[in-house]
Amino acid sequence: MNLTTFDTASSSVSRMEAIISRCNAVEPKIGAFLARDEKDALSQAKASDERRAAGRALGPLDGVILGVKDVIAVKGQRLSCASKILENYVSPYDAHVVEKLKAAGAILWGRLNMDEFAMGSSCENSAFQKTHNPWALDRIPGGSSGGSAAAVASGECDAALGSDTGGSIRQPAACCGIVGLKPTYGLVSRYGLAAFASSLDQIGPMGRSVADCAAILQTIAGHDERDSTSLKVDVPDYMAALAEPEKPVTIGLPKEYFGEGIDPEIRAKVEAAAKFYEGRGCKLKEVSLPHSSCAIPVYYIIAPAEASSNLARYDGVRYTRRSAAATNTDEVFSLSRGEGFGAEVKRRILLGSYALSSGYYDAYYVRAQKVRSLIRSDFMKAFEEVDVLLTPTTPQPPFRFGEKTDDPLAMYLEDIFTISVNLAGLPGMSLPCGFTAAGLPVGMQLIGKPLGEAQMLQTAQVFEKAHEYASMRPAL
Amino acid sequence: MPEKASIDINHVARLARLHLSDEEKRVYTAQLARVLDYFALLDQIDVTGVEPAAHAAPVYNVWREDVPGATMKPSEVVMNAPLVKDGQIVMPRVVAEE
Repeated sequence: MNLTTFDTASSSVSRMEAIISRCNAVEPKIGAFLARDEKDALSQAKASDERRAAGRALGPLDGVILGVKDVIAVKGQRLSCASKILENYVSPYDAHVVEKLKAAGAILWGRLNMDEFAMGSSCENSAFQKTHNPWALDRIPGGSSGGSAAAVASGECDAALGSDTGGSIRQPAACCGIVGLKPTYGLVSRYGLAAFASSLDQIGPMGRSVADCAAILQTIAGHDERDSTSLKVDVPDYMAALAEPEKPVTIGLPKEYFGEGIDPEIRAKVEAAAKFYEGRGCKLKEVSLPHSSCAIPVYYIIAPAEASSNLARYDGVRYTRRSAAATNTDEVFSLSRGEGFGAEVKRRILLGSYALSSGYYDAYYVRAQKVRSLIRSDFMKAFEEVDVLLTPTTPQPPFRFGEKTDDPLAMYLEDIFTISVNLAGLPGMSLPCGFTAAGLPVGMQLIGKPLGEAQMLQTAQVFEKAHEYASMRPAL
Repeated sequence: MPEKASIDINHVARLARLHLSDEEKRVYTAQLARVLDYFALLDQIDVTGVEPAAHAAPVYNVWREDVPGATMKPSEVVMNAPLVKDGQIVMPRVVAEE
């Protein structure tokens, strides 16, 4: 039984040709891709058709057309992280997830736009181009995986890979009306993912349905010794879990996520979803995550601290861009970085360097790590009583370009419901749960126990099956 | 946390080896001051006896098997470097000529 929306009956070449013409038609309006290699994609599609004709198809993803966020390495392709500092960088190797997807016969299609180095919530921090929300072209697609979300929503690929450090898969998924899943920290190898904040980063799937995401997760999850934080666990059979009969679960509603600052239409949609689950025999339980208000400050200390260290490698020596004005070693470092990084990346490098600097380390970094422990224990306590948590994904519907670009703090608050999930290392996903009166997509977030992806996916699918949102497409 | 925190932008930019224009220094100093004010929220949290978490779940040191594996060719290692000569990355001279 094929639970996914993937069409594996038609020829891969004809489907790839259809996707290419779709991209040619809508990309001028959307701007999701930084690069597309049509010749390479068609040759991958041809190989897929040949395997199928010979009865050697590599599995359920053979011939599925997947877009890749421009932060994940594909050998021989550009990897720019949407940054001028890496504009001409070519990956010398494949990321672990890319090796897995190639071995599964997936067609890897294009490089998808993002906020520079995955820092941002609107794609406006891309050094190269704007990506437009397919549901409302004057609005942001979310970020940082905004290119991935917009491409999936507008039919420019079957599904895509994103990465999520504080909400970068889930928030754009919500903004563009698709499904996006951030796995438990350590379930998917980070080998070949350009590092932003190593203790928070995870790669995950973005697709049109819950099962689409499950099928991709099935392929990319699993131990990899090249990532020292990769978990040694048996990956459950997610597709089998989705085929099981529905069973009611206990759903926690964290009261801190339904308070001030949330758009009333979004609150109403998520509350309606809770009622829906109740109608299906699930038990609803209000829970408290008392340190929720600390998630943003903790994140904006820890993530920039890790980023300031990870991005130290872009120094004009090994990575493509060196300032033409540099006359000595010190200037090679500082001028290359000053010319190559955009404003938000600079802000975070400064913030992180400050938080780690002598005299401030204990007050900021160590204190933030302690509060991080408290945030995680809040979740673990809640999970003693409930199976999954249900929250809004974003506090507001997708906003207009330029609305928050001059106010970094306002932009940071966009991730208020997603960030704590990364700090606690939990799996989380966003799925569509309706539209505002103005026709903007609304997403709800499910948060699972550590390695509780199967149950989270099952819960999501119950909602998806009973609603039309997964089959709705923007008019482009 | 320090009272009325502010960033010494020249010092921090120097630590980060990040050249900034005067305009950038002015803008980032103001923007980051607002962000630091927001961090003061953490001062109200009692963290007595709480262990700091570098990772969400405990992470232990991991050793790999000491066996030869696939490696990149030297030409691949330096293929993205901006200035290469004889398979090596070129940097400005650090010792003055006599």
